[in-house]
Amino acid sequence: MLEIIQVGKTFTKNQKDLEVLFNINLRVPEGEFISLLGPSGCGKSTLLNMVAGLDKPSSGTITISGKHVTGPGTDRVVVFQEAALFPWLTVLDNVCFGLKRLGLSKTETKQKASMTLKKVHLSKFLQAYPHELSGGMRQRVAIARALVMDPQILLMDEPFGALDEQTRLMLQKELEDIYLETKKTILFVTHNIREAVLLSDRIIVLGTRPGRIIKDLRVRAARPRQHNDSNLIYLENKIMDILQVEIEKVAKEELDDDYTLTKDSFPWDPDRDLGSGI
Amino acid sequence: MVFRLQIWPDLFFPSPITVAETLINGFQDGSFTLALAVSFRRLLIGFTLAVFGGTLLGILTASFTWADETIGSLILSLQSVPSIVWLPLALLWFKMGEAAIIFVVTIGGTWSMALSVASGIKNVPVILVRAARTMGASGLPLFTEVIIPASVPHLITGMRLAWAFSWRALMAGELIGTGKGLGQMLMWGRDFGNMSLVLAIMILIAVIGSVTDNLIFKRLEITVLRRWGQLPDSAS
Repeated sequence: MLEIIQVGKTFTKNQKDLEVLFNINLRVPEGEFISLLGPSGCGKSTLLNMVAGLDKPSSGTITISGKHVTGPGTDRVVVFQEAALFPWLTVLDNVCFGLKRLGLSKTETKQKASMTLKKVHLSKFLQAYPHELSGGMRQRVAIARALVMDPQILLMDEPFGALDEQTRLMLQKELEDIYLETKKTILFVTHNIREAVLLSDRIIVLGTRPGRIIKDLRVRAARPRQHNDSNLIYLENKIMDILQVEIEKVAKEELDDDYTLTKDSFPWDPDRDLGSGI
Repeated sequence: MVFRLQIWPDLFFPSPITVAETLINGFQDGSFTLALAVSFRRLLIGFTLAVFGGTLLGILTASFTWADETIGSLILSLQSVPSIVWLPLALLWFKMGEAAIIFVVTIGGTWSMALSVASGIKNVPVILVRAARTMGASGLPLFTEVIIPASVPHLITGMRLAWAFSWRALMAGELIGTGKGLGQMLMWGRDFGNMSLVLAIMILIAVIGSVTDNLIFKRLEITVLRRWGQLPDSAS
């Protein structure tokens, strides 16, 4: 169980305080696939980094099964957007990197690593170096490297963000398979609504300036998920409507004030929708 | 061309053929080979010391702010001092002999090595360190297993620079110092008015400099850069 209690984060830049996250409360039960979804700048990656222990919250606490998070630990492994593999190690050694620290024997380490790499279908590339792999394959290695540590929570920070559409679809499918097989708690950060809807049990929609939870949605659809499931499509549109306000808010700050996404309409607000979503 | 113009008498500017003959003769009677051996021994000792010393200094300045603020700026200013100006001091400290020249060679390479190592460590991608930390690496293992390997491209560049600086320092040191190195032969050439010997040795120095740089360091650098993903892969 991951608990985030009244967490806030403020960055200080040039003596100006910038509130990135404000009063985040979240309980994630074991085995849940939960997505943090929001426009860029809503602090979703910051929240993930704080759960990972790489950043410290300015206020509030984060606990995992009752224990306070004070620093990075092997019970929470992160898969980053860039695979962040060590270029001087082979694929196999990359996966062994964290395992070596757990005090297993050498053969056991190797065996475990190759088993995990087989799970992501990279058995043929054990001795390859990261620069010889494609972006999708590198991300597979990164996933294997995290899985092999058998963490309590798998943290994924836009893991498929930099991939092309075909590779992304393939990896999403495989991630779902891995989730169904291992039943790990997965905290998944993305700005892709479709991806969040397709993969998660629960979606936390975050707003911007300051980052806060604006909606906590359950995805009720059978697994494995189908792309054309009407529940998913309905949910996708609903989230799109919620986010539109936020996206416009960001756009107005960055672009001109009169910017709207939809032409010939008043700025849309979910609280004043006159029942159009019924 | 310059020879044909006859600006200087033959004695001052020998013909290319005379120079070639001197080169061949020098290798046949073994005097060049001996000089090369002596010079290379000094160079290798000095270079090794420079690489080790420079790496230590670099690690120190990159790891601690206080070291960076004190030694770091000192290294920068020392880097701009040609290492040959250390020779008078070195002669006093180590007497006329091998040690003084080796000292100058070492000093020549150390600073650029230290600067490269420091910049290498400072430029390690943050994401790699973060990834390593989430997998349980911290402290010394994090340093030896992630930060040092990640800065290897800079280390190689540093070694290449250090080699070039050491080589220059060696020649300057040998011109003034004693012994049987290439630099000293060059001085004999001057003393005996044998300009073809001087030119032959200059050619030798240039050839050795570019050969080591191209054959050893450049190749090493390219292999490392490709492996570290900083060069586009020719294969894919």
